[in-house]
Amino acid sequence: MADVSEAAAPLGRFDLTRIPAHIWVIVVLLLLVPTFTSGFVQFQIFGWAFILGMISLSLMILAGYGGMVSLVQMTAAAAAGYAVAIFGASAVAEISFAWPWPVAVILAIAISVLVCVISGALAIRTEGIYTIMITLAIGSAFFYFTRQNYTVFNGFTGFNGVQPPQVFGVTWNDPTPFYYLTLACAALSYFFAVYLARTPFGLALQGVRDNPRRMAAMGYNVNAHRLAAYAVAGVISGVAGVLLVWSTGQISPNTAAIGPIIDILVITVIGGINRPIGPFVGALIYVVLRTYSLDVLTALGLDGERFKLLIGMAFLLIVYFSPDGMCGIWDRYITRLWRDPKREGADG
Amino acid sequence: MKRILLAALLASSSTLAYAEGEPLKIGFMATLEGPFTVLGEDGQRGFELALREADYEVAGRPIEVIVGPTDASPESALRAARKLVEQDEVDIVIGPLSGSEGIAMRDYSKTVPQVTFINGISGAQETTLVDPSETFYRYNMDGAQWTIGLGDYVFNEKGWEVVATIAEDYSFGYTNFMGFALEFCRAGGDIVERQWVPLGTKDFSSIIAALPEDVDALYLGLGGADAVNFLNQYLQAGGDANLIGGTIMVDGTVLSSEGRAKEVLIGTPSSGPQADTWDDPNWQGFVTAYQEAWPPEQRFPSPSLLATGYYNSTNAMLAAMEAVDGDLSDGQAGFRAALASLELDAPNGMISLDGNRQAIGSNFVTEVVQMDDGTLATQLVNKIDGVEQTLGLTSEQFAELGLPSRDVVDCTAWQGR
Repeated sequence: MADVSEAAAPLGRFDLTRIPAHIWVIVVLLLLVPTFTSGFVQFQIFGWAFILGMISLSLMILAGYGGMVSLVQMTAAAAAGYAVAIFGASAVAEISFAWPWPVAVILAIAISVLVCVISGALAIRTEGIYTIMITLAIGSAFFYFTRQNYTVFNGFTGFNGVQPPQVFGVTWNDPTPFYYLTLACAALSYFFAVYLARTPFGLALQGVRDNPRRMAAMGYNVNAHRLAAYAVAGVISGVAGVLLVWSTGQISPNTAAIGPIIDILVITVIGGINRPIGPFVGALIYVVLRTYSLDVLTALGLDGERFKLLIGMAFLLIVYFSPDGMCGIWDRYITRLWRDPKREGADG
Repeated sequence: MKRILLAALLASSSTLAYAEGEPLKIGFMATLEGPFTVLGEDGQRGFELALREADYEVAGRPIEVIVGPTDASPESALRAARKLVEQDEVDIVIGPLSGSEGIAMRDYSKTVPQVTFINGISGAQETTLVDPSETFYRYNMDGAQWTIGLGDYVFNEKGWEVVATIAEDYSFGYTNFMGFALEFCRAGGDIVERQWVPLGTKDFSSIIAALPEDVDALYLGLGGADAVNFLNQYLQAGGDANLIGGTIMVDGTVLSSEGRAKEVLIGTPSSGPQADTWDDPNWQGFVTAYQEAWPPEQRFPSPSLLATGYYNSTNAMLAAMEAVDGDLSDGQAGFRAALASLELDAPNGMISLDGNRQAIGSNFVTEVVQMDDGTLATQLVNKIDGVEQTLGLTSEQFAELGLPSRDVVDCTAWQGR
């Protein structure tokens, strides 16, 4: 039994020797990805997956630790993306301020936090489906507002020509630098989320999730904890929003349309909503399916028009066989692996 | 070791890349998901028709097609194009379909000079006007060119002098409106009210209630599902004003919709790059080929302008490819020169390119008529040849006009000029 707990809770203790081998393999593989893949895979598959994974991670923190399913995370990321385009430089010179990039990035993250906190303030007194409805309403309001506002958001077209800065002489939207940039940001967010679960704040937040009344009786301010969780999630979605606008070079209302908002929820659910690694697994599956499902269908000699059906069916299968997503499948696989005859007696 | 082998293999094959018989890789982009799916599918029919006629072969090279689906957002276009260019390593991209996508492709094409982009049918003016890309070619006219002749016709022939307008609040809506408004205002007309509705509007009741009574006609710059929704609600509200249609308002996608609402459109003047019932043999040949290529339930009664646009773009590519004998080994320089100087004898008239690689072509003023079998179609009223992107203005006048937006054209400033 001791072995199992060691394997299941490897991180966050800052003791490298306790990290199991398969984690090391993944770390080394991720660092070596640019040596054996094309620029397209680094940029468009991994880069995009890391960004979507971070946005989903911010939802995972709220939903997994705090029990609040917020659909406002994509909107917060898009707000950050808009802030980069508006305060920084873009091709729409009449609106963009063209301030130095560190200022634009800091403002962008602050705005993402603000969006999350304001939405949180409206949503924290509700539970379950009502939280979903309120945050979805805020998300769609933002979508329709940006589409019709021309003085600040430049309407339907949005902003194009948003370039990442040239820092240390590196063009950061070249595939390999961008891969490492998004990998670093994703890894930092991931370890932060792992760490957060063990901090007093994280533990209190999980207590609030499990029994808010009891936590309140013990003297914890339930709403303040929930609001703080929104702010923390806002930082991660803000960073992801900045990376998103740098990766595509443009931002428009479609970035935060209803489809992408729901996609973030789907990604989190298929990956596993209870663990920080879940969103990244889900994002990678989503991106690979989005990119290659059409090719798979045509390769099989089927009608390519129905490629969305393949994506939907894959999602349905994952959720049907494992309500807790890919993480759940992995957990069960590991459990089965460990339940070999020699250990059966000890475990049982 | 595997990598080295692979690299060696790639190096040796690249010297043979343009040899006779080497497949030519074409990336095809269109809106195959989202609100414009139906339009994208007809674009794809046009593209496939041209390739079928060529037997999927040009200058001895078999043609391999890779499809990049988009959803009309610039972001989706960018992702699709990146996959086609960086993953599938296509030689040429044909697409996209929608205005904002075209602007994104103009910018993207500058970063991948090894690939030539031929626009599908996207019609935003900025794509080839502002900061154009050297490797982006557009064989369709933009949204403003598609309205040439309409303003004159409704003012002078129909005698409608005061109009109110309802149009979609995005780049193509502005561009398409601008061309009409410019000509109409210069002829002496007046636009008293402009309503801009968001793309995807379902409920038009408040807009219909606010329509002014004392105008001669209503200009409608809506498209797809929005147009059908508006017409339904307008019919129910008992509307009977004279209508003027924007280019995608009277397209096959609307005229072949279910229900009676479209009948409101009978007699409506409009304009665009084609007239369904034009008796030109070249056009009729194209319509017949389209009708024979797919069974009736899998196509429109007659090709929409999207099918025509993609058909022309693909044929331009094929013609230029023949001209250089399938040889792209000079970094596509010869192929691009052939594209730039091409005179395309398209079903909807002769098309050539200007210095910005933007089409100069023919525009058709039409009226909606009911055919013997009950379907609706557009009938030619007037054909204007050699329509340029500057809309017949001097470059100073054109600069004064400004880029398409809600407030362009300022009608009083252009009246009688």
